[in-house]
Amino acid sequence: MKISTITGIRKKRIQSFCFFLFRMAAAINGLALAVIIYFMVINGWKAITWTFLTQPPLDSMTRGGILPCIIGTLCLCIGAMAFAFPIGVFSGIYINEYARPGKLLRIIRLGISNLAGVPSVVFGLFGLAFFVTYLEMGVSILAGALTLGAMSLPVIIGSTEEALKSVPDTYREASLALGATKLQTIFRVVVPTAMPGILTGGILGISRAAGETAPIMFTAAVFFSPKLPQSIFDEIMALPYHIYVLATAGTEIETTRPLQYGTSLVLIALVLGMNLTAIILRARLRKKMRQI
Amino acid sequence: MIFSQKYKDRWMKYFFLTVATASVSILVMITLFLFMEGIPIFQKLSVMDFLFGEYWYPTAEPPDFGIFPLIAGSLAVTFLSAMISIPLGVLTAIYLAEIASYQFREIVKPVVELLASLPSVVIGFFGMVIVAPFLQEVFDVATGLNLFNAALMLAFMSVPTICSISEDAIYSVPVSLKEASLALGATSLDTIVRVTIPASISGISTAVILGMSRAIGETMVVLMVAGGAAMMPGSIFDPVRPLPASIAAEMAEAPYRGDHYYALFAIGIVLFAFTFMFNIVADYVSNRYRQVGEATL
Repeated sequence: MKISTITGIRKKRIQSFCFFLFRMAAAINGLALAVIIYFMVINGWKAITWTFLTQPPLDSMTRGGILPCIIGTLCLCIGAMAFAFPIGVFSGIYINEYARPGKLLRIIRLGISNLAGVPSVVFGLFGLAFFVTYLEMGVSILAGALTLGAMSLPVIIGSTEEALKSVPDTYREASLALGATKLQTIFRVVVPTAMPGILTGGILGISRAAGETAPIMFTAAVFFSPKLPQSIFDEIMALPYHIYVLATAGTEIETTRPLQYGTSLVLIALVLGMNLTAIILRARLRKKMRQI
Repeated sequence: MIFSQKYKDRWMKYFFLTVATASVSILVMITLFLFMEGIPIFQKLSVMDFLFGEYWYPTAEPPDFGIFPLIAGSLAVTFLSAMISIPLGVLTAIYLAEIASYQFREIVKPVVELLASLPSVVIGFFGMVIVAPFLQEVFDVATGLNLFNAALMLAFMSVPTICSISEDAIYSVPVSLKEASLALGATSLDTIVRVTIPASISGISTAVILGMSRAIGETMVVLMVAGGAAMMPGSIFDPVRPLPASIAAEMAEAPYRGDHYYALFAIGIVLFAFTFMFNIVADYVSNRYRQVGEATL
């Protein structure tokens, strides 16, 4: 009896120690995020002025702003979504509404999961070899946007699938029972119900495209461009690449440090803002779906 | 009218199917173009010399295209980061799925997701300007841009992957299994260690493999933080040059369709092969050892 109480106490101690470790692990993640954001904000907020956001870089990028980079990143994101959003949504519709379990579905799923695993720099190489060279687009917004689109496709497919899955089958059955065809059911009932979830996927896709550097290094971005892009075949500056260039390749790395922090802060604000929106949107949606 | 609707429905099905195969086609195209642009280098040297050659001097005269130091750099960085990210990711997942109260879970989960969404270039920049000087001072090493720093930064990029997939796996262990264990007098910890984790081990393994796959393919962090020396690492504070860093750093200066260009594409093939392998293994593990119902345990 006594021995068992002693081991009982020991077990309890071990358990509370282990639970403490689990909590610490979770806390470290939060801490890492907080530390990164903290350093970017305290070092970056001074750099952010109206001029910084609305002027092009001056004096071989040691002064001035980042307007061309902001516009470049926006162009790339819009382009990437114009390509990836429809394809991603249609793929999701096929997988969730039409596909039956079997070899074909397994191949498609394997393709998606492998595409999600392709390293970003390999997307860059692919973009260079296929879009830039083979299709003769040159280093351009179009080539970069298509490369980024290919990369964010799995994100959009995944979110679309999840959104469609959360639509109750009773909706589909009710629509079919009223005599609607499958297609009408999908486009008039299922997709509208799942729309907020699908848009969440779109937002996540944009934020992924906005933050990536390696895929646009060889396909769209340049160190410096004196003018704003005029057409989709122009090369451009982009926020992530601008950070990389200023931080590593400039001759005045130390003097441009405030610009680097400022650009990082803008990029973080952009990407985290979009992700936060997506997370909140999704949380609300799940709550609503649970009520149905 | 009815006929045309039927036809429309059928055609749309094929249309959706065609679009759904886009991911597969893109994957095939990636493979195709990597090989098209990478294979020519093997007319100059054998695959063995390329993979196991000890010197990477692509711009020397005559150039050396041995990527063994780069592979070693990549593997070293990946394994060291796994040493950090696996415990961190799996423990966090257990916390989220088994211990955390509802409110805490609603806070921690978005935090992990936001961590995943941080742009890699920002993490690289953070590693360069904040972590590197810190390491240099604390450990009194020659440069803060080294293997350890890169591994640390990569760990925080792969934790979210490991955590979220593990959590799904742990969460989906049937409650009846845990209840049975608790009813037999096991403590919560015993139940987690002896029942919940073994039951979800396939999902956790998948998570770990995918996390490592993310780490080995990550480019900007290793490009900015790993130090960039193409040599075999002797200690964890040596600078290294992993595979993706080489591609990203040298492609701009490699003459179009010269040997260097082909060699960089060949590195892309190696990198692609690594991540492809990781993904296939992950897929196999998650399908083969999946916990189905309660009878198979």
